[in-house]
Amino acid sequence: MADGSLRKIGRFCLIFCKQKKNRTEGGCVCTATKIGRRGSGGGRERGFSTTTATTEEKRSPQQQHSQGNDNKKSSNINLFTAINQALQIALDTDPRAYVFGEDVSFGGVFRCTTGLADQFGKNRVFNTPLCEQGIVGFGIGLAAMIVNEAAKFRYRSGNQFNCGGLTIRAPYGAVGHGGHYHSQSPEAFFCHVPGIKVVVPRSPQQAKGLLLSCIRDPNPVVFFEPKWLYRLAVEEVPENDYMLPLSQAEVIREGADITLVGWGAQLAIMEQACVDAEKDGISCELIDLKTLIPWDKDTVVASVRKTGRLLISHEAPITGGFGAEISASIVERCFLRLEAPVTRVCGLDTPFPLVFEPFYLPTKNKILDAIKSTVNY
Amino acid sequence: MAFWLSKSRSISSLLGKRIGLLTILHERNKGSFLHSRRDAVFRYKNSPEFSTKSATFSATGRRFKSSKTGEQVELPSSDEDDDENQAVDFPGGRVAFTSRMNFTSESSGKRIPCFRVLDDNGYPIAGSIFEQVNKEIAVRMYSGMVTLQIMDTILYETQRQGRISFYLTSTGEEAINLASAAALSPDDVVLPQYREPGVLLWRGFTLQEFANQCFGNEADYGKGRQMPIHYGSQKHNYFTVSSPIATQLPQAAGVAYSLKMDKKDACVVTYMGDGGTSEGDFHAALNFAAVTEVPVIFICRNNGWAISTPITEQFRSDGVVVRGQAYGIRSIRVDGNDALAVYNSVRTARQTAINEQRPILIEALTYRVGHHSTSDDSTKYRAVDEIEHWKTAQNPVARFRKWVQGNGWWTDEYESEFRSNIRKQLMEAIQLAARKEKPPIANLFTDVYEENAPNLVEQERSLGETIKKHPQDYPSDVPL
Repeated sequence: MADGSLRKIGRFCLIFCKQKKNRTEGGCVCTATKIGRRGSGGGRERGFSTTTATTEEKRSPQQQHSQGNDNKKSSNINLFTAINQALQIALDTDPRAYVFGEDVSFGGVFRCTTGLADQFGKNRVFNTPLCEQGIVGFGIGLAAMIVNEAAKFRYRSGNQFNCGGLTIRAPYGAVGHGGHYHSQSPEAFFCHVPGIKVVVPRSPQQAKGLLLSCIRDPNPVVFFEPKWLYRLAVEEVPENDYMLPLSQAEVIREGADITLVGWGAQLAIMEQACVDAEKDGISCELIDLKTLIPWDKDTVVASVRKTGRLLISHEAPITGGFGAEISASIVERCFLRLEAPVTRVCGLDTPFPLVFEPFYLPTKNKILDAIKSTVNY
Repeated sequence: MAFWLSKSRSISSLLGKRIGLLTILHERNKGSFLHSRRDAVFRYKNSPEFSTKSATFSATGRRFKSSKTGEQVELPSSDEDDDENQAVDFPGGRVAFTSRMNFTSESSGKRIPCFRVLDDNGYPIAGSIFEQVNKEIAVRMYSGMVTLQIMDTILYETQRQGRISFYLTSTGEEAINLASAAALSPDDVVLPQYREPGVLLWRGFTLQEFANQCFGNEADYGKGRQMPIHYGSQKHNYFTVSSPIATQLPQAAGVAYSLKMDKKDACVVTYMGDGGTSEGDFHAALNFAAVTEVPVIFICRNNGWAISTPITEQFRSDGVVVRGQAYGIRSIRVDGNDALAVYNSVRTARQTAINEQRPILIEALTYRVGHHSTSDDSTKYRAVDEIEHWKTAQNPVARFRKWVQGNGWWTDEYESEFRSNIRKQLMEAIQLAARKEKPPIANLFTDVYEENAPNLVEQERSLGETIKKHPQDYPSDVPL
């Protein structure tokens, strides 16, 4: 069944929180992992650039629905530490939250669960046997998987039951040397499943707030964490409990000539392309989609109405990638406004290769070339 | 037995009058629990076994009899009828009944013993029956184990130096690797997990070929597409390693089915770790193999750890060997650090698998001395003492060496000469592998399908243009 291929995609983590207000609700964060990769760091640096500064300036009032970042303490931390903080807060604020999965107990192969077992005890933070379907099934009370069970739980029961407290964390994306199974971006598979939400953070500060929102959201959520950023992305992250809204895209760089849409680690690459394009007099607007389903069409539509051009970029293979959905939706809504075809700069339609990784990925220059040809259409 | 009876006497006296149900009966006294009481009550009296039972029991019996009210002994009590009523042909076969409500215990109490031939010091255990290996095989096995050790040490270091991107060792599991391989024929198809390069080594994969794959160069049969240690060789009947755990298991059952259909004098051998047995694919694989009656040997390297997850957090059964019976599969537990025991069990398993066309499960107990991989530091979750103990006192290579040297087939001089020889060869192979170019860029697009596809033709063309425009973005060791 479909699950067989989906579950082999990589490690994932579930978080389980039984929220008191809804006794039928449960959420679980568990971690399922395969071969963990914390490589020697070979491969190019994926610097995390100016997104942070831009974010803070551009954040709209709605986004500060995180309780006052203003005078709270913050620290300079990386992605896995930010995620660790979010999990710690979730466990701390909800006594019926659990974190379980593969190798969670000693801290996790990406270090996201460090210290949690010691702090919250073995009953709440624990290893499971090596079986992803078992982990998800355990988490939603059925011997089941994300597509056929978690997504349909509420719907098929006429809302008598739901597994809304379920959050599944999964590392994804290129990491420089992951090859077929440790570089994949499988988000498109999950975006095709009504009933679950798919969220992808671009940075540590975003990850913490989004993860807490996912955990507390009353729907099953799949949270993809860009592997590349676990150690390499470092920024100031507030130490307090805060949440960032789901299904709200964010304009992280304002521009007038072309709209770029992306998510996760790819945004850093896209931003570099925007900076280079600016030198050639092209003003780019960059949007972080954050939640892939249900996605914030309005923000993208408003931007394309302004610029008349759209470029989407993702690491996942181009055919059937989520960019195709965005493109189709925007063409439907903005056809007469568009000055050029919507363009997509994505991974190739092959299994993710090891030595050919630099050729496979949607690089800054591929994006820059596409920006120029779109603007000059 | 007596205790149980006396206890039940009091229970039964409580229940006897109220419920009128019998809870204590000799197992041989048939009549389903669901059938009338009288069948159950009185049959035992006529049963031959009953008369040999202790007085205590008969006292109980009589007690029941006397406490019975109502229905009396109008029984068809002939022996033939007894047999008829003792079992039913449910779907799946005939099942005999018992009136004793017995939950089969979660454990048999005693762990399945572990087959071994050599003691810790490499001496054959007195009275052990095993097939001897001759000098040629023994020396080849032993030198293979040493080669594997050297490969692991040097290639691990090579990753630490940043020259290859990843590596994982088989340290502590050399006996399983080489001895199982030695017991097979070259026609047997191997589907590995990833900690069995010794099997490929036995079959003739060279140090150069190993190095080429680790460096992903133009001579890599995998064409540079996968991470290091993902070896594969069609000519050696060794399926290419893939990272996901246990996916090879149901595939192995399928391969075995094709051997069966082609009536080949060969079997399939597939490996997994203790963690892999928790995957759903393990269940599917064993079940399919049993039902389709195929010649496949499932070898579980139970090495105690699935990355950081110890056995106690992996399962609660008596290891893996007991699971075989759950699927109707013949199984054995063997000392994975005893090369001769592994050799013998795989030899026998192979014969059985092929001659009887049935699957076999072998659980080889061992220990993962190394870290899970170069992305792991196992001192974070296990005691350094524990690792040291298995590295030294329980070292499978040293143990086999004692036996081989004891037979006069190996000496300390050979040892140092051999080790230094292999080290030199491997270093040369690595230098050569590092110098070679990577596979040409066309290999990014080939083999997605058997034939080329329009979208790929287009993408290759477009990539070519991009490379021309931005050559600085791309590594120089990939020929265009």
